[in-house]
Amino acid sequence: MRSTIYYKAKKTSENIIIHLFMLTVAVTCIFPLLWMVSSSLKTQETIFKDMSIIPKALHFENYYQAWIQGGFGRYFLNSLIYTVAVVIGIIIISSLAAYAFSRLKFPGKNIIFFIFIAAMMIPIQGSFVALYVLLNKLHLRNTPVGYILCMINVGLSTSIFLLKTFFDKMPKELEDAARIDGCSKFGIWWNVALPLAKPVLAVVVVFNALNVWNEFILALLIFDSRPLMPLQVALITFQGEFVTRYPLLMAGLTISIIPILLLYVLMQKYIVKGVTQGAVVG
Amino acid sequence: MKFKSTLENYVFVAPAVIIFAIFYIIPFISVFQLAFFDWDGILPTKIFVGLSNFKEIIADKVWWQSVWQSGYITLIALTFQNAVAFLLAWACDREIRMKNFYRLIFFIPPVLSEVVVGLVWQWILNGNYGILNYWLTQFGLANLAHNWLSDPDTALTTVAIVHCWKGFGWGFLLFLAGLQTIPRELYEAARVDGANSWNAFKKVTIPLMIPVVVLVAILTILGTMQVFVLIYTMTGGGPGYHTEVPVLRILASMRGSSRFGYACAQGITFGVILCMVSFTQYLVNKRAKA
Repeated sequence: MRSTIYYKAKKTSENIIIHLFMLTVAVTCIFPLLWMVSSSLKTQETIFKDMSIIPKALHFENYYQAWIQGGFGRYFLNSLIYTVAVVIGIIIISSLAAYAFSRLKFPGKNIIFFIFIAAMMIPIQGSFVALYVLLNKLHLRNTPVGYILCMINVGLSTSIFLLKTFFDKMPKELEDAARIDGCSKFGIWWNVALPLAKPVLAVVVVFNALNVWNEFILALLIFDSRPLMPLQVALITFQGEFVTRYPLLMAGLTISIIPILLLYVLMQKYIVKGVTQGAVVG
Repeated sequence: MKFKSTLENYVFVAPAVIIFAIFYIIPFISVFQLAFFDWDGILPTKIFVGLSNFKEIIADKVWWQSVWQSGYITLIALTFQNAVAFLLAWACDREIRMKNFYRLIFFIPPVLSEVVVGLVWQWILNGNYGILNYWLTQFGLANLAHNWLSDPDTALTTVAIVHCWKGFGWGFLLFLAGLQTIPRELYEAARVDGANSWNAFKKVTIPLMIPVVVLVAILTILGTMQVFVLIYTMTGGGPGYHTEVPVLRILASMRGSSRFGYACAQGITFGVILCMVSFTQYLVNKRAKA
């Protein structure tokens, strides 16, 4: 009897300690974001004095100002366009290639696939210098097309690898049936392989979308003209010019993470899957 | 017919190969060419200088300082960040409530952009108006309050901690996935044999988790050595050169001093360093297994 009580008490106190630890870390994760939102609702005068987490007066007009005057509406749209374009591009190009690497026969297949995979492993740090030079030569610098193509390239290797792994495990019977029905290779890719690959495609979409939305360095090097900039570069530029306009900066930051958080909450399952699969790759 | 079919198969890989060749292979090769030239990125003439860029790197004190500093951040990430990640994963693997809630929260920092994380933390750590210093003063620790990011003594460690804040969720998810693959029966068997939870942890959990630990360590090292957007946003490498890291130096050679050849040589040097680190780890790992 005594030992059960002792055991239970020990278990409970252990659980309390564990929860305290976890909650502390959870609060540390959330607080910076809370503080960001809180600061975005203060005014230029109160932000340096009012240290309360819930400000006395909520100035939602900061968001309107950030969206219009700060230009974040424009930058938001740019980021959205780049992200959608790159993700669509990666889905089509990498699934075509992955399907070919998995199912079709052609000379040089293995060596080409090997080069793609090797590219994932080799870190080349100076590459953005050379990429900048190349884009200049091709007159693609400071153009959306240049940026979109570069970002498609960034996501290509991993996406091909994930999709090929999936296609390798996919049963061949469905494709055979489609072939007997007179489906062309492209027809099979589009009508059979892609619909079956939906779970992997979801992982590919989520990871590439996060990656493009958050990308900074290539956008910084590629875009000179302000109307073309995506959010990440625009935020830095804004901070550099209006050092003291913190409420607007914080509103801009909040605007920039809303799509990310939405995507994350809706697609959490695929993110967990992607992290555990992707890590084995890299 | 056969020929046409093969040609059709090439069409499947052609878009990927073309984009990859233009935006990966060509820059990759030209990094190695440019490294032997002196070039400002604009003039049509490049001056061949042989190995002198590399010779200059060997004597470049700021460069080696930046390499050492990224090593310091990596060391903190390897120990502190991964220890926290492992503890959290271990706690989350037990039968506790709100597991999914914790898992949801811990992976928020990794999905945010480094620019956002950098700017928000810079605001929190602000010397005059930051809430951290405000709280320290409120709790009577005013002597601790100072300008975290512009004091040369604390800047690098502060940046490293923020980096850990952003990154621990990755390790957490991987450790948790690893822990969940350990069959429950093993723990029960250990308990039946009279092992307490510490012994079970030592004899069951740790040995089975070694591969995951190695994987996380490799990812942490390669990821952290290349850190720079966070630092670019928070300190820009300052005060002085106290938070400079290699990728920032490469960017500075290119944009600041318009020395494209030197920047490429730095990139190659750093690539070699990273390869050496990976290789050392591979050797250590192999020895640990044997």
